[in-house]
Amino acid sequence: MSRVFAQARSGLVYAGLSLAAFVSIFPFFWMLVGTTNTAPDIIKGKITFGSALFDNITNLFAQVDMVQVFWNSTFLAIVGTVLTLAISSLAGYAFEMFPSKTRERVFAVLLLTLSIPFAAIMVPLFVMMAKLTLINTFTAILLPSIASVFIIFYFRQATKAFPHELRDAAKIDGLKEWQIFLYIYLPVMRSTYAAAIIIVFMANWNNYLWPLIVLQTNENKTLTLVVSSLASSYYPDYGVVMVATVLATLPTIIVFFLLQRRFVEGLTGSVK
Amino acid sequence: MILGRILGGAMAKSRIGRAEQRNGWLFIAPTLVLLGLFMVYPIVWSLWMSFQTGRGMNHSFGGFTNIIRLTQDPVFLRALTNTGIFLVVQVPIMIVLALLFAAALNNPKLRFRGFFRTAIFLPCVTSLVAYSILFKSMFASDGVINDLAIMLHLMDAPISWLGDPFWARTVIILAITWRWTGYNMIFYLAAMQNIDKSIYEAARIDGVPGWARFRYITLPMLKPVILFTTVISTIGTLQLFDEVNNITTGGPSDSTLTLSLYIYNLTFKFMPSLGYAATVSYVIVILVAVLSFLQFLVAKDRKA
Repeated sequence: MSRVFAQARSGLVYAGLSLAAFVSIFPFFWMLVGTTNTAPDIIKGKITFGSALFDNITNLFAQVDMVQVFWNSTFLAIVGTVLTLAISSLAGYAFEMFPSKTRERVFAVLLLTLSIPFAAIMVPLFVMMAKLTLINTFTAILLPSIASVFIIFYFRQATKAFPHELRDAAKIDGLKEWQIFLYIYLPVMRSTYAAAIIIVFMANWNNYLWPLIVLQTNENKTLTLVVSSLASSYYPDYGVVMVATVLATLPTIIVFFLLQRRFVEGLTGSVK
Repeated sequence: MILGRILGGAMAKSRIGRAEQRNGWLFIAPTLVLLGLFMVYPIVWSLWMSFQTGRGMNHSFGGFTNIIRLTQDPVFLRALTNTGIFLVVQVPIMIVLALLFAAALNNPKLRFRGFFRTAIFLPCVTSLVAYSILFKSMFASDGVINDLAIMLHLMDAPISWLGDPFWARTVIILAITWRWTGYNMIFYLAAMQNIDKSIYEAARIDGVPGWARFRYITLPMLKPVILFTTVISTIGTLQLFDEVNNITTGGPSDSTLTLSLYIYNLTFKFMPSLGYAATVSYVIVILVAVLSFLQFLVAKDRKA
């Protein structure tokens, strides 16, 4: 009896998981199929591959300076990720390695800012950037994002697992603090960095609201902005939109699969 | 001589201490400068701004004018209601689903575990804008979802998903659930793998059935993570913008308008009224604070 029950339950588990997997994957399939179909076919829900792929690609490149747009997104994502990791991991390391009462209070205040929604600072931030004449520049995109409290918190948690003996030994060997950070801490914590790269790269690549406000000319727009504006016209050419969507999604998928193993290591390591 | 050695030792120690102090501040200095300028300063400024009235760059102190305007603004009240509906309906559904998937995937005997885990996590790698557009095209009035649902006899006639207030909200809720369930699941899975296996072993020997092990061991152990993800999801839902702006642009007739979208419209679409926009944004700040506090209270209460 209980055997039958267990089998029924495990059947239910597999059915549930299969359904979830199907629902999760279907939109990706839909996106790929869409790149090969014409806009009217897509709107009618055609789910077989068509022959419009080449037309869709040519139309997209005719409508948008894709090379420029792709470069804008790549530049912002890579520079943003490098700066965020440099500044925020340094801070996370210091909060854990050089404990002091005052810094502990500062850290508590930083954690509080985690609950401040972006919408609450967006209006003054915009006015501020306008006064600094930074509207429509990449600087305005990068400046508010590179000190990330979330990443600082994440690095502080991960640093708890960093063996202090390593730092003591390096000190006896005469290394300075910045050398210890650069030559010892950084290589030891590479899983943590990998997970942080995934999180920050995706956040930068996919950033929408702030670039939408700040970047105003076509030659400065990011891929995310272009995808959004292509799809929001009155009669969007969905074939073109789908090609742009694939281009917008591919880099994050590649980064994720390249660093996936380290991502799980880094994540579980920080939870412990 | 002994005194000298003690003094010397103390001096050396305080020098190291001072160097550590200096390095401690040096290492966090860039962070403090940036956050001070681009986080603390704007939030304080925003508070000041919320008491200003006027349009564009011309404004003057208005006292409680903006707060009174809030209570009489039907669009604001609708945005508040919509955000509340998304919060109350979507977050619990997503967290329960994520917990179920995590529990199923935590079983080491499960076949195709890696495949299921990757598949369910996959939506998280898409950008919010990209997946919103996929959903918008799938839920078109004679689109693929209507076709599939009719083919499977789930419904008789096509639904105008994005043209009807109820169904438009449903699409937004489905979309967010699709995007974020796997993300939450990864947190639960990581936490479940950190639970000591011997606890389950002991319970099994005592004859505790599977569902009871989940209810009385797994769930209590996961409480901190569940609290964390609930707070994060609540904050995320209160800030909802990308999806509604790209799937429905807040329509039909403001039925999916969220607070963030309303602030955006107030600032950048209509004649800018920055003071009033700042007031609306403080509503989000207060909601985040109150809800996070309540969630901590509930979690604490359950422990006792």
